[in-house]
Amino acid sequence: MTASELQHTVPEVRSAKNRRFDKLARRSRYSGILVYIALGILALVYIYPFLISIANSFKLDPDAAANPISLIPQTFSTEALQRLFEADFPTWFKNSAIVTVVVTSGRVFFNSLAGYALSRLRFPGRGLVFALLIAVMSVPSVVLLIPKFLVINELGMYDTYAGMTIPLLADAAGIFIMKNFFESIPASVEEAARIDGAGVFRRFWSVVLPMARPALVTIFILSFQGSWNEMSHMIISTQSPELFTLTKGVAQLASGALSAGTQYPIKLAAATIMTIPVAVLFFIFQKKIMNSSDGAVKE
Amino acid sequence: MMKRLKKPKEGGAHGHEAVAGWLFISPMVIILGLFLVIPVLMAAWVSVSDWTGRGSPFASTVNFVGTDNYAKLLTEPGLAQSDFGMSIKNNSYYVLLVIPIQTALSLFLAVMVNRRVLKGRGFFRTAFYFPSVTSSVAITVIFLFLFSTTGAVNKALHAIGVNGPQWFSDPKGILHMALGNMGIDTPPAALAGHGFLGNSWWQWLSGPSPAMCVFIIMAVFTTSGTFMLLFISALQNLQGEVEEAGIMDGASGWQRFWHITLPMLKPTTFTVLTLGLIGTWQVFDQIYVGTKGNPSKTTLTPAYLSYSSSFQNNQWGRGAAIAFILFAIIVAMTILQRIVLRDRKTLPKRKRFYRDGPPSAVVPATPTSPLVPTASGAQMDDSTPGEGDQR
Repeated sequence: MTASELQHTVPEVRSAKNRRFDKLARRSRYSGILVYIALGILALVYIYPFLISIANSFKLDPDAAANPISLIPQTFSTEALQRLFEADFPTWFKNSAIVTVVVTSGRVFFNSLAGYALSRLRFPGRGLVFALLIAVMSVPSVVLLIPKFLVINELGMYDTYAGMTIPLLADAAGIFIMKNFFESIPASVEEAARIDGAGVFRRFWSVVLPMARPALVTIFILSFQGSWNEMSHMIISTQSPELFTLTKGVAQLASGALSAGTQYPIKLAAATIMTIPVAVLFFIFQKKIMNSSDGAVKE
Repeated sequence: MMKRLKKPKEGGAHGHEAVAGWLFISPMVIILGLFLVIPVLMAAWVSVSDWTGRGSPFASTVNFVGTDNYAKLLTEPGLAQSDFGMSIKNNSYYVLLVIPIQTALSLFLAVMVNRRVLKGRGFFRTAFYFPSVTSSVAITVIFLFLFSTTGAVNKALHAIGVNGPQWFSDPKGILHMALGNMGIDTPPAALAGHGFLGNSWWQWLSGPSPAMCVFIIMAVFTTSGTFMLLFISALQNLQGEVEEAGIMDGASGWQRFWHITLPMLKPTTFTVLTLGLIGTWQVFDQIYVGTKGNPSKTTLTPAYLSYSSSFQNNQWGRGAAIAFILFAIIVAMTILQRIVLRDRKTLPKRKRFYRDGPPSAVVPATPTSPLVPTASGAQMDDSTPGEGDQR
């Protein structure tokens, strides 16, 4: 009796649900089109500035001034690029590359050393170091511009590659990323190596570090992007033109030092080229950057 | 966190570990000490000295001047004070406009892009996020071009019948412009006669200049992608049961968003607000590349003023003092915001459904959170000791 009642009611409830889902699905199809249109327009707004800057790099000055929106140059010209490469641009590019390579590799190595020590090794003063690290991280970088210059100057590192790179190696946030990651690796993985008599550095280098690949990639991405795009530190640590990085050089270009008047093609060409390395990095690691938390989704 | 690690292990390697520990950590300790701790102490001295940039700040010719540098900025009427007041005014408008817009827009983008039925999510995410990874210098150059008087934006405005302003040369604030259009050109005496930090109240109420508006748009353009990713990862953590329950109860999409999703996003929203608050007080690169404070000082910011006072006008004491005041402002704002945050953060029962956005637990898998260029420090600060202890 009760069973038949149940059999009777259950399908009814189901179909009511289905109907409601059908309605929802229909409604979401209409709103879906609207969403596509809205997102499409927004995406265009976000991408168009970059397209414009690429297109205008290949225009002649008058064309860029008269038709700034057009994506097709009236006459396709590489004059801006040629002038750029005749100027100091290659030097800037080289300096940016040097800074990025030194800072990125230095950060990856030193951050993992420090992160390992803070998460795995017991030594006196560790708590103090940890507390200082937190204090240091909370100081906004812009506040440090003058202070950093004072020390760089005092140490005689002003206007040298050392002054441009070594201070940038300080990266408290990166140490935390590494420390957090090392803590997620169980201590037991080191036991076997410890019993075999492997020293601390050996355990770090050949056992734990290879397991920390995801965190190392994170540090790599952040450091590469951060040091390639770094401008304020370059302003306060150098003055001679041979040491200009792309950021400082292009900034000078933008304020009209190299180009009289509004020569937009050359400026936009410079902006476009300096974007390429981070764009490449971005597209290589796109999965990691964008879909980092997709693992949490139950599709 | 610390306590767990201090558990006694079998001894022997103890001394070894102490040496190794210091050896491992020493490069970072030296670099951080040398380029972060000592500089702050040196700058603290410079901010109470009359150093002009020649020789060492510790030479015997450099005098202790007490709080003179601070007084010139805060209490003594003069050019230094009115410039400083101007920079605070400009930056306040920047903060007031950028934070709400970027938070709302990034939340909107996240919700839109996170829809399950959406095809081409990857494309949209990439499009919205890409401006965040590019250099501020490159973006500024592009924006200078877009917003030049005969540039793309004014051309587009012209096409729909609007006369765009001269973005980078009109020093008038947009509120003054609006009042001017209504016929109010002269300030009421009460506003013109009194003021704060060397600027009359009328000047404080000018609104941002068109040039500052360009930087505001630019900030929203470059940061909304980063914050969108923070919101997406938070959304993905709470999607599922909760949302489905809402559908079963017959809640419409808007109701579900307003009553279920939004309250649960509160922690992430506060993270975004904090990061925004810290980031927006540090406007420097754009100003250096774009306008150098012009037109008529309407894009002057404390960070840029600190730089130009020291490096260009050789008033190092004043520059350092501005840096410390700026630091104090940022700290005060963050604390203020934390207090507000603490009062409202009451979702105890639901807490288990979400993980607090991107930080701590998922940090290695979420490189996006520290990609916030200016505020990475604060981001990590959020995720570190306190939370670890709670867990």
